[in-house]
Amino acid sequence: MDLRTKAPAAIQIKRKSLAKRIYEFRYLYLLLSFTLIYFIIFKYAPMYGVQLAFKKFTYRRGITGSEWIGWKNFQDLFRSQQFTRTIGNTVAISLGRLFFTFFIPIIFAVLLNEIRCSAFKRVVQTFMYLPHFLSWVIISGIAYSLLSVNGGFINKLLLAAGGQPVNFLLEPECFRPILYISSVWKEVGWESIIYLAALAGINPELYEAATVDGANRFKQMIHVTWPGIRSTVVIMLILTVSRVMSAGFDQIYNLYSSPVFSVADIIDTYTYRELFLKSKFGQATAAGLFQAAINIVMVVVTNQIAKMINDGEGLY
Amino acid sequence: MAAAGSRKKISPFSIFNYSFFVIVALLMVFPLWNVIVISLTDYQDYVANPLMLFPKEITMEAYDYIFANDDLLTSLKVTVMVTITGTFGSMLCSVAGAYALSKKKMPGRNLFLTLILVTMFFNGGIVPNFLLIKDIGLYDTIGAMVFPTMINTWYLIIMKNYFTGLPEALEESARIDGANDITILLRIILPISMPIIATFTLFYGVDRWNEWWNAMMYINDTRKYPLQLLLRNLIVKNFSSASMATAYAQDSAQFVAKENIKMATAVVAIVPITVVYPFLQKYFAKGVMVGAIKS
Repeated sequence: MDLRTKAPAAIQIKRKSLAKRIYEFRYLYLLLSFTLIYFIIFKYAPMYGVQLAFKKFTYRRGITGSEWIGWKNFQDLFRSQQFTRTIGNTVAISLGRLFFTFFIPIIFAVLLNEIRCSAFKRVVQTFMYLPHFLSWVIISGIAYSLLSVNGGFINKLLLAAGGQPVNFLLEPECFRPILYISSVWKEVGWESIIYLAALAGINPELYEAATVDGANRFKQMIHVTWPGIRSTVVIMLILTVSRVMSAGFDQIYNLYSSPVFSVADIIDTYTYRELFLKSKFGQATAAGLFQAAINIVMVVVTNQIAKMINDGEGLY
Repeated sequence: MAAAGSRKKISPFSIFNYSFFVIVALLMVFPLWNVIVISLTDYQDYVANPLMLFPKEITMEAYDYIFANDDLLTSLKVTVMVTITGTFGSMLCSVAGAYALSKKKMPGRNLFLTLILVTMFFNGGIVPNFLLIKDIGLYDTIGAMVFPTMINTWYLIIMKNYFTGLPEALEESARIDGANDITILLRIILPISMPIIATFTLFYGVDRWNEWWNAMMYINDTRKYPLQLLLRNLIVKNFSSASMATAYAQDSAQFVAKENIKMATAVVAIVPITVVYPFLQKYFAKGVMVGAIKS
């Protein structure tokens, strides 16, 4: 009886309060309004322009007035060998970066976690985080000066060892290794933070128990450390894989030049050049849309895989 | 943990580990040190000396040159202005938005959140953004370096997660006293959120200081170039315009003369960051962790 009389009352209160609740939250909507306006203008309004992927854009006619041309922009794009090359480069650089750089921050975090002297640890961390805060413009400047054939430090080392100076940034075989090395230098400290956090969350008693059971340091790593950070590793791995179509515009754009285009030109850099050197608005939009489509597929697929590996817990 | 037990005798592993990180720290610092050394020496001297680790003769020539030149001071002014207004605006919008989004009972919250998250995976792309900036009249204005990146979605979400994690009891007494949400945010939430505020002020500040992409896209007038774009043009444009190996070699005399000037400009871009962030290190390590664990 009680339930029956209470239930409709509860519903009534709810129904009454919807408009009232919005009024109650008026100050919060006011606070949120800045954010919403930003997203509407700078994130949602540009989506209207995506139709240019299917149009022949002319300034005079604008986005709306330009002529529809179907899939022609995409056809032209995929017929261009330069563009198909950039797809290969983008995927190759992303996967290369994953292979050569993904695990280094994990190893660093595990080793750093073993250091007991906290002052030493803090100083090392300060040095390791520093490059993260520098822009790729600065880092490319540093790379140019270190690798310069005119007295760059690395070439001086080479000369001292009896070798010939090499213009590394113009050598196709050297370009990708330079990308990976500079990525590690910039981000290893920063990316290790998240693993350090995961390591800090492992119960110390587990290590004590393992020691009592006679597990050596190596066995502790396998049976205690690894299970403790595994889910973090999986999530980071998935985030990285889902960004496979973005191979790092800022880095590559500031380091590459035409002699290394064959190994360095990625979708983003190609699109940028097509747009600003050749004013190919339609094709540049089409390339962006293609990238976004692949990204969405990657996010959905990797999230499903994450759920499978991580006991049903994905990114969203 | 094993190290704690054997504090008295130093294990080979510890020796390895400590030396490893000494080397790592040196590798992190050396490239920057090299930049400073080059900026303080006569470059001919630097080239002539094999492996110069310390400047033999310190000369402020390069700094005198760049600060006598109008370009650097103009760019520095632009960058400082963009950094201050941009960081302030970003923090204002992000804190307000993140706090509002942390209120689970707010009608429409999930819809707003979804709409915001979608933009992390899908956006218009470079062409529509470019046309938008032209259409709304931001092209070639300082605003083009401030507004398009006003809110970083990732930072917004981390801040929202932080506010969600605060106990509701904090606000209850103020609410009973009839304080509104804005008062509560300013009087109660902000004072206890200083670590997260400091962290994201640093993040936004560094992002604005390092701004070059929006400037390259949307700024035409060289007198509105930020420091990073000036530096980029100094470093990269010289290089790529002479990117043919032969042209590069022929041009070398000119290159050598400019190297210390480039590096001095780089030092001007690096120093403010290195001065500020170590003081905030303890905050941001914590701040990132809070967000990382929650998301």
